[in-house]
Amino acid sequence: MIVFDRVSKVYPDNSVALEGVTLSIEPKEFISIVGPSGAGKTTLLKLLLAEEAPTDGAVYYESTNIHTLKKKEIDAFRRKVGMVFQDFRLLPNKTVYENIAFTMEAAGRADEEIEQDVPHVLELVDLSAKVWNFPRELSGGEKQRVAIARALVNEPEVIIADEPTGNLDPANTYDIVQILKKINDLGTTVILATHNKGIIDLLKKRVVAMERGRIVRDDKSSKYFV
Amino acid sequence: MFWTKLKRILRAGFFNFWRDSTVSFASVLVMVVTLLVIGSISFSSAILDTSLAELRNKIDINVTFITSAKEEDILNIKHTIETLSEVSQVTYVSREEALTAFKERHASDPSILAALDELGENPLGAVLNVKTIDPSQYASVAEFLESDNVLSSNDVTIIDRINYFQNKAAIDKLIRVISSADRLGLALTLFLAIISVLIAFNTIRLTIYIARDEISVMRLVGASTTYIQGPFVVVGVIYGITAGLLTLLMFLFITYWLGETTENFFVGFNIFSYYLRHFLEIALIIMVSGMLLGALSSVLAIRKYLKV
Repeated sequence: MIVFDRVSKVYPDNSVALEGVTLSIEPKEFISIVGPSGAGKTTLLKLLLAEEAPTDGAVYYESTNIHTLKKKEIDAFRRKVGMVFQDFRLLPNKTVYENIAFTMEAAGRADEEIEQDVPHVLELVDLSAKVWNFPRELSGGEKQRVAIARALVNEPEVIIADEPTGNLDPANTYDIVQILKKINDLGTTVILATHNKGIIDLLKKRVVAMERGRIVRDDKSSKYFV
Repeated sequence: MFWTKLKRILRAGFFNFWRDSTVSFASVLVMVVTLLVIGSISFSSAILDTSLAELRNKIDINVTFITSAKEEDILNIKHTIETLSEVSQVTYVSREEALTAFKERHASDPSILAALDELGENPLGAVLNVKTIDPSQYASVAEFLESDNVLSSNDVTIIDRINYFQNKAAIDKLIRVISSADRLGLALTLFLAIISVLIAFNTIRLTIYIARDEISVMRLVGASTTYIQGPFVVVGVIYGITAGLLTLLMFLFITYWLGETTENFFVGFNIFSYYLRHFLEIALIIMVSGMLLGALSSVLAIRKYLKV
């Protein structure tokens, strides 16, 4: 269970990114956070990953305040969370296989496990044919599928996807959403930040709408009215 | 787990070095320049030492005898000097030999030779050339010769002059000039070394700056500091090793090319044979400097991006 408890974030230039946000996310839930650019979606996700610290309030993961964790504990916590970015953020000098294996190596997994799990997870995102390609040799959709495979391979409890379809065409967008849905069906919490109306309609899951750093609507059904 | 981790870090470092070949090539080149400068410090101090030693070796005492001195008396004095513990060598140059040497020295100067002919007789006295084991002992030997102990049998001195006192000032001055010139050279080289170390450091910093996004991604997938830093340090060490080997190879060609020139210029100091004789020592300095420079630069440069 993830809880944002009256969280505010003010950046050093005095711009207010979040203002008194309270939000709880149940295990195995699929939640979409929507809103225009600058609404505070990305800041919310950064706080959850301990990439930024809140100015006020607290973020809890299973009753632990994330921002009181020590550096090593943060590393360990981040391994429980899979992250997918709009710009993919793959490691350019590593092949598809190595990009995914890196996450497992960082988590201290054995070589045998890596050899077994990487092909498996690549199969799940339908990318088995590109194992030895470098990111620069892949299309946008393929890169995002590698990123999802990387986020998935350590069997995280939560997947955070920040505008994962922002750089993709409709066909690839559809594929990525289907993959995320499949992941959620297998029991992983998915937090998706997007401003793509089509995706929300397709998902029919919980939608939280944000505007100027506040939650303006929390809808358990699924329409994007903003 | 430790060995697995080490293996992964080494492998990742090696792959990064290989796959980012343009960046690696540039960094290695910059580091080669730095190591060349560091290496030449060792050469210039060797040149300084040898030329000073050579110059000190040039100090000797020439005892010139009056023209009427008998050869027998001179040989007696030679024998006396040889018994002194400080003395390493005494050479006797007879009047005739001194004349021949003088003529040879001035063979290209007809006016001097003509003056000599006009004189009719040999104006040069015999000479004893004295060398001591240590240059600092010349003073005491010269004093001994000045004293009454070395008078001829009938109590009249047959020594015309002792030139130690005349040359000493000139030689001392020359040593001072050479050593301050060399010290200046050494200071300049050190200055260059510091600058080139800073340039190499900045080059490595740039390569890590290029990878800053990558570093933040590694952080976000939960990789530990060692695991992120490790491969960069390995790459730095590989830069150092490659640059070190290239530098040693370049020194081989450079010193071979300069070998004869230095032998003529610095009397007997052949930089090529010096390099071969001290190869292990120089190789150790260069390889260790290269690896340390690479590793330290990486560690220092990456710290900034590990804060995420």
